[in-house]
Amino acid sequence: MAITDDVLVIGGGIAGATTALAAAEEGVDVRLVTHKQSTLRNASGLIDVLGYTHEGEGPIVDPFERLEELPKGHPYERVGTEAVRDALSFFDAVAGDAYAGSHTDSNALVPTHGGTVKPTARYPVSTAAGLASDSQDTLLVGFETLTDFDAPLAASHLEAAGAPFSARGVTLQFPGIVRDDAKLTRYAHLLDHEESVSTGSGDRSAREALASIVKPHLEGESRVGLPALLGDEHAAEVRADLAESLGAGVFEVPMGPPSLPGMRLEDLLYDALEDAGVRVTSGVPVVDYETDEAGAIDHVLVDRHGQEIPHEASQYVLATGGLVGKGVRSERDRVFEPIFDCYVPHADDRYDWFVDDVFGEQPYARFGLVPDRELRPLGADEEPEFSNLRAAGAVLGGYDYAAEKSGAGVSLATGYVAGGRAGTEANR
Amino acid sequence: MSDAEQPMDDHVPGEEEGFEPIEVFPEAEDMDLRPGADNCYKCSTCDTNCPVAEVDDEFPGPKFQGPEQWRLKRQEDHDIDDSVMKCSNCMRCDSACPSEVPLSQMHNTARAEYVEENMSKLSREYWRNRMLSNYRKLAPLAATFPRTANFVMGLSATQWMGEKVMGIAGDREFPEFATQTFRGWWTERGGNDTSREQARAARARRGEDLENPHKRIAYFHGCYSNYNTPEVAKALVRVYEHLGYEVMVPEQSCSGTPMFANGMLEDARRAAETNVRELADAIENGADIVASCSSCSMSIRQEYPELFDFEGTEDVAANTWDAVEYLRVHEDLKGELEGTAVDAEFAYHAPCHARNQGLDGQTVEVLSAIDGIDVEDVGDSCSGISGTYGWKEENYETSMKIGEEMFEHMEDAEATTGLTECPTCSMQMGHGTGYEITHTLEVLEAALVD
Repeated sequence: MAITDDVLVIGGGIAGATTALAAAEEGVDVRLVTHKQSTLRNASGLIDVLGYTHEGEGPIVDPFERLEELPKGHPYERVGTEAVRDALSFFDAVAGDAYAGSHTDSNALVPTHGGTVKPTARYPVSTAAGLASDSQDTLLVGFETLTDFDAPLAASHLEAAGAPFSARGVTLQFPGIVRDDAKLTRYAHLLDHEESVSTGSGDRSAREALASIVKPHLEGESRVGLPALLGDEHAAEVRADLAESLGAGVFEVPMGPPSLPGMRLEDLLYDALEDAGVRVTSGVPVVDYETDEAGAIDHVLVDRHGQEIPHEASQYVLATGGLVGKGVRSERDRVFEPIFDCYVPHADDRYDWFVDDVFGEQPYARFGLVPDRELRPLGADEEPEFSNLRAAGAVLGGYDYAAEKSGAGVSLATGYVAGGRAGTEANR
Repeated sequence: MSDAEQPMDDHVPGEEEGFEPIEVFPEAEDMDLRPGADNCYKCSTCDTNCPVAEVDDEFPGPKFQGPEQWRLKRQEDHDIDDSVMKCSNCMRCDSACPSEVPLSQMHNTARAEYVEENMSKLSREYWRNRMLSNYRKLAPLAATFPRTANFVMGLSATQWMGEKVMGIAGDREFPEFATQTFRGWWTERGGNDTSREQARAARARRGEDLENPHKRIAYFHGCYSNYNTPEVAKALVRVYEHLGYEVMVPEQSCSGTPMFANGMLEDARRAAETNVRELADAIENGADIVASCSSCSMSIRQEYPELFDFEGTEDVAANTWDAVEYLRVHEDLKGELEGTAVDAEFAYHAPCHARNQGLDGQTVEVLSAIDGIDVEDVGDSCSGISGTYGWKEENYETSMKIGEEMFEHMEDAEATTGLTECPTCSMQMGHGTGYEITHTLEVLEAALVD
């Protein structure tokens, strides 16, 4: 007997989780199967919609004004501007007060660990006090053992980029961290659990100790930016305690992988899935499928360490990610989608998959499935590959999320549309 | 020629002559872990999932233990770092990795090499670890005189001795030995013949064909449900027989889980050889293999094929199931449970080794079909005991720190009874909260069997 649901979502990132939540809204049974942990742990946790045009112009002030210009085949063009708005409102309801930015259509400018600013539609509240559009002077604090964030360099970079405030950076020793390669989770755990750490002036709680080493470096700045490691489960409390001790605003600077804001976003989405009654099966890949007489997908096979367990649904959504998430893969002579072998357009000669200019218009960045307006992947003949399969997120082609800063937004919008549609169809 | 020396012209390798991949490292003689190491793009997702690195300043995390150490080892003068013994073998890094790096396989081989080459065979640590991982060898003695064993193990003098002499955490209570082992009960009950009759009676009651060679399973009970919690094993037998299955109980050794975790790979190999032989025989006789312990099924399904190549290893791995998963796929378990009732509340903890098999949501999902039951999942943290890890004096504190989140969530839950599929998680849950802990199969038995 197959494990049976109405809608089966394959993939557990922003796109997969949004798909599952949107489908569950339709009152159907939804299951999400995800092979490995999502690449959200590599993500900044920022929810961008469109930071730059597909021609590289930007940063864009109002992303919604510019969506209409996107070329045919771009995922936003497929779903339409209204769907992008609806998807963001849907996200706002799920995120509640964990995210800010819903008060305006305009992009916020969030300082990153490289000292650049990223245009983004929504941002974690932990970054809110640090927005670059705010003119308060800023102290950035880095740590010797966290080489990913060079605070003095990031501060001068911010100033050089024309930030409307003065920024200064200092590098300190994180109290309680004893190894040079301590994990990000170790820092967060110390602060979350207020572990006792030894300092020059005796043992103190980790939060107090951190505030006490930062405070002497404040020279009138009214806000302090630290790398994003200020607690995990109790992040709001950690920030509030630090702000109170420092008498200044405290914000997190989003970091590269592994990223706590990305992990917190993952937790937020998975809590919402649990609340919505979505069944989640993780750690095991979907490896194959069978079709029915009409050519629709009858069931998929999930490999649980050797057994291929049939999972059946009336509607399926593929949200397995792009080249990084391995929803799209490549070999020396082909680019392909590994589960359903959906059509992925690409040049025959692999030397045409890239251009020499690293930051140029890279063909590989746009590799992915070609969907119709309902987000059903199309074959080379422009007909849907399967009547009951939709696709969402980075498995779709036709856009370069890294250049456009549109990764999270496309995942939200296409997940919202594909999930809603799959839910409605399953209800029929 | 190294990568760096590759000519930088437009020449496309493989156009005229066959493509020849560049050999940077010497040919692997043993297990080839190079593709795994090459797949690591150093995103550190594994590190953020490691329950030990989050609380233990002496542990550098799975990224180092796996791919980085593997690369270091290519230089001949590098020994395996002793921190590999701090890994608890929870295997969370396996399901964390977005890039198919076989982390636990790398850890298992590194740990074995460390124990073989760097750990003194005369040290207390070696013998303590050997004893803990070969609990299966000591258990029969205790099971022969369970009351004496329980009495002696419970003495504070024994616990003090355990800690001072052997390095076994004195704060832990030794698990009680059952007065009759599961295998003792099974034999007394008439073994496979009785089971065949029970299955036929059930099939008659259910209106099925009396002869059904497909409804036959071989039960891998493992050590703990044999010696300590035979009620779990009996529950499995009764549930399967109730649904018309004939149960066989083949000869078996320890699954090897505690041996992998302690780097005792040769002990594990011996145990695995017996198990593969016996289970392959059972498959030959038309049975599928089911296990009630999530670490046993994990070991047979994943670690055996990763580490051993006895004849039949792959076949045994491919035909081994978690006992509840097997019923979900082969029976209409939801239909069977409809209309049944169990009046109870449980705080459920998904063991790491169930999580890695994609089974972490299963118990809550299956049991929700029973009326009157309330099962609350207490979250995705690790219990912290990880088999023998938390039994070691030097790990006890770390183990309890890891478990803190689970303890808190258990106390927050309404229920005052715990539920899990893993014997050592169960010990930790009981140790941290004082709750009684039961097994999913026991709940199914209560619902299905009169």
